[in-house]
Amino acid sequence: MISYIARRLLYAAVILLLVSMAVYAIFQFLPFDPAALTCGKNCRPNLIAANRVRLGFDKPVWEQYWLFLSGIFVGRDYGVGSAAFTCPAPSLGYSFRQNACVTDLIKQALPVTLSLAIGALILWLIVGIGLGILAARFKDSPIDTGSTVFVLIGTSLPTFVTGLLLLIYLTLKNNIIPLNFDGYISIFDNPAKFFIYFLLPWITLAFSFSAIYTRYTRSAVIETSGEDYIRTAWAKGLKPKVVLRKHTLRAALAPLTTMAGLDFAGLLGGAILTETIFDLPGLGRMSLKAVNDFDLPVVLATTLLAAAIVVIMNLVVDLLYAVLDPRVRVG
Amino acid sequence: MTRLLDINDLHVTFPTEDGDVRAVDGISLTLDAGETVAIVGESGSGKTVTSLSVLGLHNRKRTRLNGEILVHTEAGAVDVVSCNDEELRKLRGSAVAMIFQDPMSSLHPYYSIGNQLAEAYRVVSKASKSDALKRCVEMLDLVGIPEPQKRVKEYPHQFSGGMRQRVMIAMALINNPRILIADEPTTALDVTVQAQILSLLKELQREFNMGILLITHDLGVVAEVADRVNVMYAGKVVERGSVDDIYYRPLAPYTMGLLSSIPSVYGKGTGRLSAIPGQPPSLISLPEGCSFASRCSFASQVVGASCATDAPHLIEDEPGHFARCHLALADRRTAGAKFAAKGGNA
Repeated sequence: MISYIARRLLYAAVILLLVSMAVYAIFQFLPFDPAALTCGKNCRPNLIAANRVRLGFDKPVWEQYWLFLSGIFVGRDYGVGSAAFTCPAPSLGYSFRQNACVTDLIKQALPVTLSLAIGALILWLIVGIGLGILAARFKDSPIDTGSTVFVLIGTSLPTFVTGLLLLIYLTLKNNIIPLNFDGYISIFDNPAKFFIYFLLPWITLAFSFSAIYTRYTRSAVIETSGEDYIRTAWAKGLKPKVVLRKHTLRAALAPLTTMAGLDFAGLLGGAILTETIFDLPGLGRMSLKAVNDFDLPVVLATTLLAAAIVVIMNLVVDLLYAVLDPRVRVG
Repeated sequence: MTRLLDINDLHVTFPTEDGDVRAVDGISLTLDAGETVAIVGESGSGKTVTSLSVLGLHNRKRTRLNGEILVHTEAGAVDVVSCNDEELRKLRGSAVAMIFQDPMSSLHPYYSIGNQLAEAYRVVSKASKSDALKRCVEMLDLVGIPEPQKRVKEYPHQFSGGMRQRVMIAMALINNPRILIADEPTTALDVTVQAQILSLLKELQREFNMGILLITHDLGVVAEVADRVNVMYAGKVVERGSVDDIYYRPLAPYTMGLLSSIPSVYGKGTGRLSAIPGQPPSLISLPEGCSFASRCSFASQVVGASCATDAPHLIEDEPGHFARCHLALADRRTAGAKFAAKGGNA
């Protein structure tokens, strides 16, 4: 098991290295002069030249890449003399647009995205799995029909429609969930405000995911109930509760780990629509803004971060699956 | 003899959109302690449905059961057809246990063998975990699994098919049930392993004096282990008797057809394997008369009754030997002698 983990970590490192190369290469082909982008419309040639040297764009591509990569581990110094400044490790570059180290920008945005993704994940797992089990258990009953309607609505309504509808009816018209003007508040500072702040975004984001998970859980439970080993469990004289919880759900829901892990990883890269609708200062909105502003260092860093999260979550899911399913366990 | 099981005029019907599927159409049989009763028939003849209904393992909401299935326990007889879910659950595993056709898929892939065996034991006996583990090792040893101490911790995928079926047998017998239902226990196994499993079952039967209800389509298996045989066709028993009756003095044309379709290494060497022509009838719209009539080569020789319109009854033609056929007994005896198993290979 330990050698398996070590091997998988090594693979993950290699993949991340390749991804970073690919992403870095793509940005080299963009038809922009990165130095010219640092000072907007009233740029003078001498300023562009100075910034080019300060940010290292005068060096050959491979050396720039090397500086970028080593910056992640040891930090990076820009410029010389009185204009010198440092982005400490892990440095993902410097955004001239925002006059800040990209890592610091990410440090501000990540907790928002993390709070959004974790809360939504918990919500959609509870609703999706719960409703799916109920629908399977009471197949062809009104509960099942109701869940089918929910699945249809949830999968067909786009996030920007659900989000706006919720915003209009729960906040603007009826004021059930009060509008928040204070901006992001950490759960550690004020849990009550934190929950109010994130409630609508969570519901919006979890809505379509719940529908997909309901559909998956329902069919997985129904399918597993027909397996031979479930018949064996009944033949042993087990209580229906035990057959469902220990035997059926264990087998039916194990593959959900993979699904949930990857969906979660996707959201950590930034839930652009939800963050935009509710004006959450998370990674998604940050990437979107960076793309609009040609803030290349930020785009590069967030792309790489999203890729890293997917690779790491893949690893986590595989390890978790090995714990859940003895057939996957290896040497 | 202790009576363990009485099935009286059992009908099992599955209502579908196209009409009622009459999977079992009035079958009666008995099982005593220490004997093996076989139900033989081709796919769709109702043999598995019969066996599953003894444990109530169908979806009870979607199945209509009529008749009586009396399971005799130490505490008295319980009718599976009319008892409630909880009474039925208490029968399972303790009074009646079952092993299934495919040992590869009958064990839960996520739990260790020990976990699954102990669970079966503890649901009935309420033993402590350590006692249950001891009992598991004992049972694995009994069914001939080497190094049971070590293997009890392993998972189903670490066992071969034959070994898994042994585990299934250990699990079924862990609470000393009086009745064991074996639904095609050797069908998914290769021939050498089949013989081992059958002799294991016989050995355990002698040891525990169980009654075994054996469901199979394999006449070779029947010859090896059964005492009495019920041949089923389209949901009905068409012939019933001792193994010797069925093999050497068959009286129902369907049984004769089955016997002649056994490939024999001692055969007359005509080179072609004979098969019963045609297909079994649809269980939704069974023919009015004998359900085998359209495939029966003797139907034209019947005098005094019409196979196409009158359904024959199960009649005791010889002591303990029943058959369901309109043809004159003497004609069937002559025909049966021709089809009788040719010794040795049966």
